[in-house]
Amino acid sequence: MRQELTLHGNTALLTRANPLAKFVAVFLISMVLALSIDWVSASVALLAELALFPLAGLTLRLVWQRGWPLILAAALGGWSTAILSADSGSVLLDVGVWSISEGSLTLGLGFMLRGLAIAMPAVLLMSCTDPTDLADALAQKARLPHRFVLGTLAALRLVGLMAEEWQTIGMARRARGVGSHGNPMQRLRATLGQSFGLLVQAIRRASRLAVTMEARGFGGNTRTWARESTYSVLDIWVVLGGVLIAASAVLSAVSAGTWSFVWLSRN
Amino acid sequence: MGAADTGVRPAAVTAQGWGWRHAGRTQPAVRGLDLDIRPGERVLLLGPSGSGKSTLLHALAGVLGGEEDDADETGSLLVDGAAPRSRRGRAGLMQQDPETQVVLSRLGDDVAFGAENLAVPRDEIWTRVHEALEDVGLGHLPLNHPTSALSGGQKQRLALAGILAMRPGLILLDEPTANLDPAGVLEVRDAVGRCLDKTGATLIVVEHRVAVWKNMVDRIVVLQPGSSGQDAVFLDGPPDRVLEQARKMLIAAGVWVPGYVPPTRSRLDEQNSSRLLLSAQDLAVSRETPRRRGFRTIAPEPVQVGIEAEVRAGQALTVTGPNGAGKSTFALTLAGLLKPVDGTVTASNDLSDGGGPDPYSWKADRLISRIGTVFQEPEHQFVTAKVLDELMFGPRHLGRGSERVDELLERLRLGKLVDANPYTLSGGEKRRLSVATVLAAHPKVLVLDEPTFGQDAATWAELASFLSELLDEGTAVVSVTHDQEFSAVLGGTELRLGPSEPATARTEAGAA
Repeated sequence: MRQELTLHGNTALLTRANPLAKFVAVFLISMVLALSIDWVSASVALLAELALFPLAGLTLRLVWQRGWPLILAAALGGWSTAILSADSGSVLLDVGVWSISEGSLTLGLGFMLRGLAIAMPAVLLMSCTDPTDLADALAQKARLPHRFVLGTLAALRLVGLMAEEWQTIGMARRARGVGSHGNPMQRLRATLGQSFGLLVQAIRRASRLAVTMEARGFGGNTRTWARESTYSVLDIWVVLGGVLIAASAVLSAVSAGTWSFVWLSRN
Repeated sequence: MGAADTGVRPAAVTAQGWGWRHAGRTQPAVRGLDLDIRPGERVLLLGPSGSGKSTLLHALAGVLGGEEDDADETGSLLVDGAAPRSRRGRAGLMQQDPETQVVLSRLGDDVAFGAENLAVPRDEIWTRVHEALEDVGLGHLPLNHPTSALSGGQKQRLALAGILAMRPGLILLDEPTANLDPAGVLEVRDAVGRCLDKTGATLIVVEHRVAVWKNMVDRIVVLQPGSSGQDAVFLDGPPDRVLEQARKMLIAAGVWVPGYVPPTRSRLDEQNSSRLLLSAQDLAVSRETPRRRGFRTIAPEPVQVGIEAEVRAGQALTVTGPNGAGKSTFALTLAGLLKPVDGTVTASNDLSDGGGPDPYSWKADRLISRIGTVFQEPEHQFVTAKVLDELMFGPRHLGRGSERVDELLERLRLGKLVDANPYTLSGGEKRRLSVATVLAAHPKVLVLDEPTFGQDAATWAELASFLSELLDEGTAVVSVTHDQEFSAVLGGTELRLGPSEPATARTEAGAA
């Protein structure tokens, strides 16, 4: 858990871009994809994103390792859309209770691709952005209040600690005879007890950390930043890239005649 | 003293009739404190628990009373003639728990944090960061080194670097080495010494183990509890004189006075050919559970491999070794709480009593009546809101009576506390309770993880004597400990684990 929050020596090009620029680019792409439910715009965006993976230091294998729940969810969503949505065009497969037609297959495929195309930029962003750099950018560039941003960042570190603590408390309680056995009610109670134990520890840790931060002068009105969050030419390319991917997704779908606004297709 | 070169101006501390009562308490934590500490002096603060040592350090650090509306302050406490709260950055505070002394996830950023808050210009900050890391002996690590990968001693030295980068005139250490192993203790103590020699800053340190700090301080101040109704300072003077005059009081208060090992009960006789209860064969251990990578399941990287061990009735087994050698992980695996990565843990028929040879597969109630485990942090094991319920928890689950509990209450002096909430007990009481709760289920094997860490001398002696009795009664005791005096009391055999093998399998860069 704690390892997931760092970059692990990733030195790919996109790690050097300003987190805010990356965030804007990702936001643009996701926005556009959320508008339409067709497969053309989604596959164009997805292809473009796949082409960008090396720039973020990602391989297909790493993507699968980190994003497999999202990928499975997208596939499952696509499959259920294909079998459950109203049939149109010729029927390809009919098993009585459900059937797949050309129309429903296209819709399901579009659904799956769109899910992937929206999920991938998030994986891309997180795998080439250090949380500390993101906090710097949010406080210095986006002008969010530094107390809030740095407080959140420090708390994020505690989340990793708490994941380890959860395991320890689980073992410590088994050593007291509280086990994950019995009926669902007893298990629920055991889990609640463990959560309470974790909560107590989390509050203690958090208040000690707060003392540490206050003793280091945190909480004043003015502060300087050891790491300056800067924009570079790279960031222009990142935002332009985002605009380009979003625009080409829309244009290719419109020219292929598949573009359909989500809210219109629902009618 | 190079005070002028380093930009540090040592701070003076003056207390006149100072007192502090925390919100919601009837008695003050500190009462009538009169103290004068000159710039550059080094003071060791001693006293029984509840004498307000931490309260004083927090007040000097300017972090006391921010949200306590109902707290009550009397007299005056000044740093350089002004209230500590108004002197942001004049004092730096290090606390006990290394995990909460680290704020940020990269080494350099963490050191810079305090200086940033004091609005030091950027270039100056990085100069200070490099210097501070050099001074505490962490200069060899890259600035983006993950702070989570540091040992306890390194984390405390990192905290010291973070404090030094603020250039404080007053350094406050609140039991900075209580959670560290012996090597870590010296690491931190020596780093503090070097930094004080260089900057000339004033030092106030609170610590139970006097021997660690005695030669570094000019003066020892002994406090007494605010609830005693008397003025806070019990004794004040040069280390040798104070230790001589206050020896009795300090020993009674559980302070580790140099040259004094509290008396303990000795073992009657050690049986050499007693019954085998539990053994480990070619065991590989890890705290991590197998991970899923897509459809594949990957076994975790073991921290230690090829462990062989035997646990026999009435005999002690002491597990030692450097930090990160997997001592606790091994103990937890032996105790049936972690699944072996490789090799086996086997319970003999004497122990398993028809439950099968693999402790990890036992249900929780089956486990606790056979192998009891006492964790390093007692609070992790509290499951109820009352001391008596806590003790009765095991026996109730097993459908047994309270005879054992009555005996434990008596033997571990918990009788007066039966109605208290376990979380509100003192450190020593929590430790005694956590041992008692596990023993209430009458296990044949007792596993303890660093039972003497951070304990005062009184609790230490009590625990060691109690365990030696338990061994003579035929219980097997496995303890993970750095404490040689403690192992000497228990006797038995030592299992020494070497340093962990460097992780070789992490070849895929970026994989996590």
